[in-house]
Amino acid sequence: MCTPGLMAPRGAILFPFSGSGGLQMLLRVLWVSLLLGFGLATSIARADSFEQGLEQLKSKDFSHIEQGIAAIASSGNANTELVLNLLLNGELYRLKKTDELVVVQGKQDKKLIIVNLFDDSGASAQTVSKRKIKKVRINNNIRASLKAALASLKLSAAEPEQRRQAVNQLIGKLTPELYQTLSQRLDVESDSSVQELIAVALAVTDLNSADSDSAVQQTAVATLSDSLQPAARNALAQFVETTDNAILKSQASKGLRSIDEKRKWAGHAETLFFGLSLGSVLVLAAIGLAITFGVMGVINMAHGELIMLGAYTTYVVQLLMPDNIALSILVSIPAAFLVSAFVGILIERGVIRFLYGRPLETLLATFGISLILQQAVRSIFSPLNRSVATPEFMSGVIEINPVLSLTLNRLYIIAFCLIVFALLFMLLRYTRLGIEVRAVAQNRAMARAMGVRSEWVDAMTFGLGSGIAGVAGVALSQLTNVGPNLGQAYIIDSFMVVVFGGVGNLWGTLVAGLSLGVANKIMEPWAGAVLAKILVLVFIILFIQKRPRGLFPQKGRSAEG
Amino acid sequence: MNLKKLMLAAAIAGSMSAGSVMADEDTIKVGVLHSLSGTMAISETTLKDTMLMLIDEQNKKGGLLGKKLEAVVVDPASNWPLFAEKARELIEKKDVDAVFGCWTSVSRKSVLPVFEELDSLLFYPVQYEGEESSKNVFYTGAAPNQQAIPAVDYLMDQGVKRWVLAGTDYVYPRTTNKILEAYLKDKGVPASDIMINYTPFGHSDWQSIVSDIKKFGSKGKKTAVVSTINGDANVPFYKELGNQGISADEIPVVAFSVGEEELSGIDTKPLVGHLAAWNYFMSVESDVNEEFIEAWHAFIKDEDRVTNDPMEAHYIGFNMWVEAVKKAGTTDPSVVGDALIGVAVPNLTGGYSAMMPNHHITKPVLIGEIQDDGQFETVWKTSGLVAGDAWSDFLPGSKDLISDWRAPLSCGNYNVKTSKCSGQNY
Repeated sequence: MCTPGLMAPRGAILFPFSGSGGLQMLLRVLWVSLLLGFGLATSIARADSFEQGLEQLKSKDFSHIEQGIAAIASSGNANTELVLNLLLNGELYRLKKTDELVVVQGKQDKKLIIVNLFDDSGASAQTVSKRKIKKVRINNNIRASLKAALASLKLSAAEPEQRRQAVNQLIGKLTPELYQTLSQRLDVESDSSVQELIAVALAVTDLNSADSDSAVQQTAVATLSDSLQPAARNALAQFVETTDNAILKSQASKGLRSIDEKRKWAGHAETLFFGLSLGSVLVLAAIGLAITFGVMGVINMAHGELIMLGAYTTYVVQLLMPDNIALSILVSIPAAFLVSAFVGILIERGVIRFLYGRPLETLLATFGISLILQQAVRSIFSPLNRSVATPEFMSGVIEINPVLSLTLNRLYIIAFCLIVFALLFMLLRYTRLGIEVRAVAQNRAMARAMGVRSEWVDAMTFGLGSGIAGVAGVALSQLTNVGPNLGQAYIIDSFMVVVFGGVGNLWGTLVAGLSLGVANKIMEPWAGAVLAKILVLVFIILFIQKRPRGLFPQKGRSAEG
Repeated sequence: MNLKKLMLAAAIAGSMSAGSVMADEDTIKVGVLHSLSGTMAISETTLKDTMLMLIDEQNKKGGLLGKKLEAVVVDPASNWPLFAEKARELIEKKDVDAVFGCWTSVSRKSVLPVFEELDSLLFYPVQYEGEESSKNVFYTGAAPNQQAIPAVDYLMDQGVKRWVLAGTDYVYPRTTNKILEAYLKDKGVPASDIMINYTPFGHSDWQSIVSDIKKFGSKGKKTAVVSTINGDANVPFYKELGNQGISADEIPVVAFSVGEEELSGIDTKPLVGHLAAWNYFMSVESDVNEEFIEAWHAFIKDEDRVTNDPMEAHYIGFNMWVEAVKKAGTTDPSVVGDALIGVAVPNLTGGYSAMMPNHHITKPVLIGEIQDDGQFETVWKTSGLVAGDAWSDFLPGSKDLISDWRAPLSCGNYNVKTSKCSGQNY
């Protein structure tokens, strides 16, 4: 950390800690940053502040721990970053007996191997039971000041992402020293997004500073008006409220309007994305049903439970290969397909085939099966939800701009949905099984006369629909609970999508699912989640009154049956 | 599978007690009314096991009044009307002397008339919205002033200025949020700084709501979410928070329905620092808690099972009932009901909890932060015990009501202004 050794009055470090609230937090952060600002210059004078700080971490009182962290952050010791990171990650422990600071190195049987802090050689290693050590406690406010302290250390980190986060932490909290550091940093910064952030951070300070002249403030307003950072908008909004300068005020409100305009568009794009991703989940859940209900005409109330089985398969596969989460998800897809398809074929051969042509009995029987499957899962896996880990590559966001970011897991699920749809579509269109399925669906007697084994086709079709439900379960395990009730949540929605899209039409299911998702998300902000759902249902009821065969009705003779 | 065996054992126990009409004079029967199937099985099965363990332990200590205790387990299958039927069956046919059970408020409301009609005792172990005090119900879970209000106080102390009240759309969140909104406005929070949001049961698509919360929280004032989101909907909510990169030091979420058991189904690494307010955490350091955890692990034969707040409530409720029966020398519900008031037993956090005249109990309030191992770390604790308040002081309709079941008042909703007991039973 290279700061010009601007000596601040000694009194500054005696900043009081009493009181509470946001202001205090701000001051605390300021205080930490201030100390960091001239940490180097005074490090010799307070070489022992590092040791004292470590001592204070052993306290049970949060305010002491906080003071300890401030002392460590200001000490300029080479281990500062290490200690602060350990604290932030909750990896620093206190050995209850000797009151020494330790870190956990590994596990042996049920005991933990610990070594003293800063002991790289491992000479102090010992095994203790979990109860013998106690984590050095931090709370959210301490976490925030830790992040701020680490941010100032990371301003010149090699990774642009780290620098970006560091600057982000510091916006609105700049001390004169940090201001200097940042302006120097701006000249050497190569990454454009970090550059923009630094400019915003500096402009926010310029705008709010009492001794900035109006020319400086004018540039600051211009910089902030171009930025979509939330901090920039807040600073402008605050400035408009407080400033007396009429020209600047009108410029700032003009800037605010242009920001709001851009934000509005970002908001629309976000809603569309949310809608598509909800829609793709609906399509995934419904597309298996589009085959069993749409093509075969079987009302399968156990469809949701086949989805649930797929999700549980993901869980089991993950248990079998705990070290490779990403691969386990890929393995789960065929595994879930096979498990659900197998159960589906069992249901078809065991129950449904005796009930063809009797929809009411089919409905009741499959409802019974759904209850049996639920309780079976409760008995085997316990009624508690199971935790399915999300692989690394699926977590996080793609940031398009500061007000619009797309979550990666949703993007993957949209893509996954489209792939499943395309595969299924091609299967029905171009393979022998597909032709036979369509033939049996259109005219069973004729197909049999042509030598199609209709019973076998029935079983395969039902297995295919069920297998797809299992695949949907893999996707849902990444979004929601894996528990016995998983299926119930999706069965109504699935039927809704299939009926709305038009029975027996895959395209209808796709269009219906996506448009219902988008409609739901457009209505949610102003109607609330509860009312939005009701409105969508009412709309579908009205729509079905008008067009009983859905969006894409089947045409021709087969449709009469 | 342990659970299977247990359920089998419970089923056998149930059918045996049903079969033997001769009613063993030498046992005292205790009813356990928790769903073992259906949606609520996820939470309630654990409480059934807790009751079996507590009864088992009491029998090892020699039973009660020289007799053995016998658990009568029934399964109301998460079906609210069935709760009332099963309660009637327990009291009339199985002749139980006290019932421990229910989870949701609607199941409690469903059995309430049965307990009042047949004059039996119900111990209700879950935090609830208050606004009720029945002669026949003992509320061992938290009332809003023992959970929600202290949590808001803590966050205010941490500098929170803007509030999102997010809940599932039913009676507990609606009432709690009404109380909280009144409380916040009382403390000078402007209406523009409060955002209230309701979602349906089992809501799983949280994208736009989390995005709204993010926008609401980016206005430069410290923001927190007070969550009364119930049950399964929490997991996708927390997952979405993690996905959209909202960390606890920016916008902390304090939840009243998320405990150790709910967290055992989630990967908690992205949630570190989010809060929960309870009267007990498994991580509390006290001798009696360590004993309880050990006994629980031995009973359930699984070292990984967690303990939670409603379990502690049953622990307290059961011990109170045992003490009251000893004090009264009989298991007659009407006598025991009177004897219960004033009984104090150890709670698991290292102090004592007492039954108040309004049938609520005194408890400490703890605020904990979620850790990456699925446990909570206590970051704040009330200095003393908080007595449960049946009628909220922050709602216009119930401000003037008090509840006192001691003679001569013997009223669950006595209006101190008009000096009248409304006569309504609950």
